[in-house]
Amino acid sequence: MKYMLLIYHDEQSWDAITDAERQQVYLEYRNLRGELESRGQFLSGSELQPITTATTVRVRDGKDLVTDGPFAETHEQLGGYFLIEAKDLDEATSIAARIPSARTGTIEVRPLVEHAAEAAA
Amino acid sequence: MLDGASATLERVFREEYGRIVATLIRQSGSFDLAEEALHEAFVAAASSWQRDGPPRNPGAWLTTVAQRKLLDAFRRDKTRADKQSEIEYETVRLQPFAEPASIEEAVEYPDDRLRLIFTCCHPSLSRDAQVALTLRTLGGLTTTEIAHAFLLSETTLAQRLVRAKQKIRLARIPYEIPALERLQDRLAAVQAVIYLIFNEGYAASAGEHLVRNDLCAEAIRLGRLLCELLPTEPENIGLLALMLLQNSRRKARVNDRGELVTLEEQDRSLWDGAAIEEGVGLVEGALSLGRVGKYQLQAAIAAVHCEAKTAAETDWRQIVALYHELRRISSSPVVALNHAAAVAMAEGFEEGLALIDAAGAGGKLEDYYLYHAARADLLRRLERLGEAHTAYERALSLSTNHVERNYIRRRLAETEWT
Repeated sequence: MKYMLLIYHDEQSWDAITDAERQQVYLEYRNLRGELESRGQFLSGSELQPITTATTVRVRDGKDLVTDGPFAETHEQLGGYFLIEAKDLDEATSIAARIPSARTGTIEVRPLVEHAAEAAA
Repeated sequence: MLDGASATLERVFREEYGRIVATLIRQSGSFDLAEEALHEAFVAAASSWQRDGPPRNPGAWLTTVAQRKLLDAFRRDKTRADKQSEIEYETVRLQPFAEPASIEEAVEYPDDRLRLIFTCCHPSLSRDAQVALTLRTLGGLTTTEIAHAFLLSETTLAQRLVRAKQKIRLARIPYEIPALERLQDRLAAVQAVIYLIFNEGYAASAGEHLVRNDLCAEAIRLGRLLCELLPTEPENIGLLALMLLQNSRRKARVNDRGELVTLEEQDRSLWDGAAIEEGVGLVEGALSLGRVGKYQLQAAIAAVHCEAKTAAETDWRQIVALYHELRRISSSPVVALNHAAAVAMAEGFEEGLALIDAAGAGGKLEDYYLYHAARADLLRRLERLGEAHTAYERALSLSTNHVERNYIRRRLAETEWT
């Protein structure tokens, strides 16, 4: 079963920490990723550029609307993701709890729609 | 004979529903399929038992028939081929339902209710969903019964159950006993759900009593089940003891006019002696296990009250000591206020009032009914009636419970003549 782990954090406090602290967090991320890879559970994942680089696209009445943003009024922003394989929700949440940003931010755990399984059900 | 059959069916439904559905869920991997199969088995039982009389082991009979229904459902849906073999294995072991008489009491099937209760109370479900799912599947209550008990529309409750079951399926919430490192947290959630069900029933006002008393009975039944499934957990025993002891005072707690009667004023001859005896025994046993917790402490406090033959004989010093322990593990304002009330009785009203004021310092309990009610009671005892009156008025404006409001109105009338 595939789960998307969406990593939300406060960009301002991320920017405010020292370089050494940041390197420590990156090291933890690499270790977790390496461990998941060795068990075949890491499917993909990446840090995202800050929300200031985001662009919104909508198509309305056949016309593309490309704008700056989105800038929701929340203090946490989507800063990265892990796509993982886990046997059930408990395993997925255990992995989510080990993401370094879980200590300061929020990890949203979402199961992927598995089309083969849905078709069979 | 005929009456015997329907009475047996009703009893078996109450007693066996959770156990059977728990097994069917494990075998089918689906709450919906399990419920449907069991429902069909009960329908089959209604006619078969009327005709031939109830079988010797009704639970095994129903399990076997429900497993047949599940198999039929799976055969209709060939894509589930790999699950089918597992069910056939179980059915073969249980003997075919064509010979219900041969299903002796010796037949054993694993008790899956522990898996079920942990799944129903999984932290990824909302507390409302946990409660509804626990009562529906483990307790075997109907959607109508649960909706009535929680004063919700049936549609709302049905939707809540559908969404919860959908989440279990789509997010793959596991159907298993949690790993050891999570067990205590998960168990605390299960206990919280059971105690919430109890309190929903216990806090009900007079007009709602008839439907809601059932919730207390159901919570106690679930509490017993949890003790049976995990007998070495002292907090499970503490929770059961607490519910039994609180419930033992039910008849004395509200008078004929539907008014709340305080512990001090209750007619203690109305207390349920058998429940008290069982509750006291349980809490003593739990405490002897040496892992104290909030339910055990609350049960111990309730036990001290229950053991006093009159209000004046209450051992307030012991109650203060127990609340003192409880405050070390619980930051709840209710605990702080009850501690203050106990200190007022043991050491003096002034001391109690000082603690209440300390608990509400900074106005953080300003919108809390119990804070004003507790303050008002001590002010009244200190004969500061004007201040008491103001505090009762504030409490009245914050309470939505019919029984509580009647109680406060009576106190307001008493403190009027200042």
